[in-house]
Amino acid sequence: MKSLGSIRRSFAPWNDPQARPYISFQNVTKRFGDFTAVNDLSLDIYEREFFALLGASGCGKSTLLRMLAGFETPTSGRILLDGQDLAGIPPYKRPVNMMFQSYALFPHMTVEANIAFGLKQDGMPKAQIAERVAEMLKLVRLEQFAKRKPHQLSGGQRQRVALARSVAKRPKVLLLDEPLGALDKKLREATQFELMDLQQDLGLTFVVVTHDQEEAMTMADRIAIMDKGKVMQVATPAEIYEAPSSRFVADFVGSVNMLEGTVTSRNGNSVVIKGNSGAQISVENAGDAAPGADVAFAIRPEKIRVTSKRPETAANAMEGEVWDIAYLGDMTVYHIKLGDGQVVKASALNSARVSEDPLTWSDRAWISFAPDAGVVLTR
Amino acid sequence: MQGKLSRFNITALVLGFAFLYLPIVLLVIYSFNDSKLVTVWGGFSTRWYASLLSNHLLLDAAWVTARVAFISATVATVLGTLAALALVRYTRFRGRFLFSGMVFAPLVMPEVITGLSLLLLFVAVGLDRGFLTIVLAHITFTMCFVAVVVQSRLMSFDRSLEEAAMDLGATPFRTFIHVTLPVILPAVVSGWMLAFTLSLDDLVIASFTSGPGATTLPMRIYSQVRLGVTPEINAVCTLLIGVVTIGVLAAAIVNKRRDIQRQRDEQAAAQAN
Amino acid sequence: MSQASAVTRPASEASASHGPGGIVLSAILSRLVIVVPYLWLLVFFLAPFAIVFKISLSETAISMPPYFPVFSWEDGLSGFWENVKELSFANYLWLVDDPLYFNAYISSVVIAAISTFLALLVGYPMAYAMARAPSSIRMVLLMLVILPFWTSFLIRVYAWIGILKPEGLLNQFLMWAGVIDSPLQIMNTHTAIYIGIVYSYLPFMVLPLYATLEKMDFSLIEAAQDLGCPPISAFWKITFPLSLPGVVAGCLLVFIPAVGEFVIPDLLGGSQTLMIGKTLWNEFFGNRDWPVASAVAVVLLLILVVPMMFFQRAQARSQEQER
Repeated sequence: MKSLGSIRRSFAPWNDPQARPYISFQNVTKRFGDFTAVNDLSLDIYEREFFALLGASGCGKSTLLRMLAGFETPTSGRILLDGQDLAGIPPYKRPVNMMFQSYALFPHMTVEANIAFGLKQDGMPKAQIAERVAEMLKLVRLEQFAKRKPHQLSGGQRQRVALARSVAKRPKVLLLDEPLGALDKKLREATQFELMDLQQDLGLTFVVVTHDQEEAMTMADRIAIMDKGKVMQVATPAEIYEAPSSRFVADFVGSVNMLEGTVTSRNGNSVVIKGNSGAQISVENAGDAAPGADVAFAIRPEKIRVTSKRPETAANAMEGEVWDIAYLGDMTVYHIKLGDGQVVKASALNSARVSEDPLTWSDRAWISFAPDAGVVLTR
Repeated sequence: MQGKLSRFNITALVLGFAFLYLPIVLLVIYSFNDSKLVTVWGGFSTRWYASLLSNHLLLDAAWVTARVAFISATVATVLGTLAALALVRYTRFRGRFLFSGMVFAPLVMPEVITGLSLLLLFVAVGLDRGFLTIVLAHITFTMCFVAVVVQSRLMSFDRSLEEAAMDLGATPFRTFIHVTLPVILPAVVSGWMLAFTLSLDDLVIASFTSGPGATTLPMRIYSQVRLGVTPEINAVCTLLIGVVTIGVLAAAIVNKRRDIQRQRDEQAAAQAN
Repeated sequence: MSQASAVTRPASEASASHGPGGIVLSAILSRLVIVVPYLWLLVFFLAPFAIVFKISLSETAISMPPYFPVFSWEDGLSGFWENVKELSFANYLWLVDDPLYFNAYISSVVIAAISTFLALLVGYPMAYAMARAPSSIRMVLLMLVILPFWTSFLIRVYAWIGILKPEGLLNQFLMWAGVIDSPLQIMNTHTAIYIGIVYSYLPFMVLPLYATLEKMDFSLIEAAQDLGCPPISAFWKITFPLSLPGVVAGCLLVFIPAVGEFVIPDLLGGSQTLMIGKTLWNEFFGNRDWPVASAVAVVLLLILVVPMMFFQRAQARSQEQER
């Protein structure tokens, strides 16, 4: 896994102004009657990228995928694939393949016939089809299930047949609609890595739709967070998590504390925020927050320390009361109620079996964090 | 996904429904034809409806038919509901295969065979043919339709409702009366309506099993139809179509209303939350 | 734990509140659920076939009932055997000898088969379109298909007489439109019977087709197209094979009763057309030859037994699937 990580870090065509996007949505809008599923959306995806569309149900992510596959036509705007406008090209002539959420395995065909289906449509010679099918079966480790029908397979096996069928044609782009949605948690985690390896091995471009942020964070090179037909942010998982661009994104991905307040002064890239509770928060990397602006300071629970006494060196510290403690095994989440009634979540890794600074319900406690521990959000 | 229909699909529906409804519509229209020549339009008139009122043969036949249909549909509904319960609830009993065969076979059995065999049965046991024999015959073939309708409702029935009732101390019989029956009641009612109209419509089986003095409306219509198309028959047919259509539509509307009311209640309940 | 209490509690409470009599009553009632309809069908559906078979072996007689021998309880066992000896297969030989019957059977099967195929051609696109329609109007469409089925069969066949006859509405329309110069002879031909059967039995074809097509996952078609299959080819490779259970059920529901159909050939087919249901009717009501009519019925039943078994198996299988 380590090697994969380092490959990933060096792969960043989106930072290269010379790179040409492979898939390009240009001002795409899709309306169904009165309902606008996708609203004037522009988005670039690069070759060999593992791209995730993340959002709640009804945010338009599936519609976007279906427009790329050709099942829906944009109401306005263009979709380009490798420089070619896809308008008017029916799904069966597009060099993209899709893995369906329901898998859509043909129930009257064997595993083998399902995988061979797309190849037959291309008029590939029989011997070559057999060879490719065998290769695909091996890839997904289903060699001994070639003659089974879909209803004789487990959920995980079906998922792998669907995957084999959709990559058998070596499409330029593979679209995956909630590829792991129907699997249980354990299987899902194992399959995530299989999908990543497969994408690396075959060198394909993957566009995956998911509502599961963990899934998107694990697999994707970049994630587009969608809401109400719009893209809220496109960035790498780390950027999305550590530097969300808006309150929505910060709140949508992971757990976050939002401290609302007003900027009182700005010095270079640092600002001081007067929280609604009256507390002063000094923050570095303030973004574009100007003095007088109403902002939110977003900070992840794991970036906050909880102590029973006021820490001596902390840049920011606030006093409160232990309101709730959730012991999760690997970590403990403290809910600290501040003076103004806001409850802040802070998590502590349980690196020792017995805590040195035990806190319990109703104790007075201090929370503290570094000036660069969170971000200032103006939107 | 299935938001709009392609042109092909719309054409198929329009042509298909035109085929299904045009003949009936034409028949209804020509029942108001003043001309005695059925296919020549002679202006609007309701005189054929008026002349029906003085046609005692038809009126008598209609009265016989209505009674036959009412009695046979009611008995058939009881028997058919029992048969459906037996098929769905008791997956194993001796002769189940034969039983399910006897329930399904009459659905497709040519009427001439059913009619002939029932007649020969009545003759063999020395039962005089007439009102009673028609009723018995109609019960036999309509109960199977009731069974199929009720059965499909029972299949989607949540068994845990019954288990809950029994868990709370109700006997199987009380469970059936207080829990099962209310839930499957819509299917039982539509089964009754189906049995009623099937009995109302039947010509072949009634012809075999009827005797002197028990002539049903379809038999009377048939004997007149054989002589040719007359506006009077068009009028009778229109009335029959009207009765059935009103009945079916009324049932559908009642059902729909209940659904809408239920949806509203659910929405209100959800908002109250 | 909770399961154990669920099992034991009702028994104790039931006996407390209703007494042991309640349980016995319930047991008897649950037995009646099977026994009553079972006995009814045995007496009024199965037993008559035995009688039909017996009478098919009898001779015609000018008496009431018009056949011989007549079994009666007074004859005792010896009389019974005397009567059995009188039975013969003469009526069946008669059916084989007279080409009229043979031709009637053949033409019934052929006419029913052609009509079934035509009904499939008309019904499939309808069922397909209904299954693809927005769910808001699907119920209305379903209602529209079922509604004619509620109106009288006889009336619906009768309606076609006014349309198809030489001076009827269809010919009037076609001549008015200038398509034809002289009236088409449709009435009293096989064409009229096809129209009548397709028309009368169309709901039986559409409903099972709709049921299977509606259940079908539409993403299968999208998957096929996604893998490079054009729509028409996707229909034949995916939709049609998957709808086969509906096709089989629909065809059997039309074919079986159509073979023995009486009203349609009688009213629309004229005296020329030969169909076995009409032959049976004529033997019975016209010639008053009950034994031959019975023999005709027995042979017809034998012809239909195979498709009927298919029907029952298909029915049972679809039930299994729904469970």
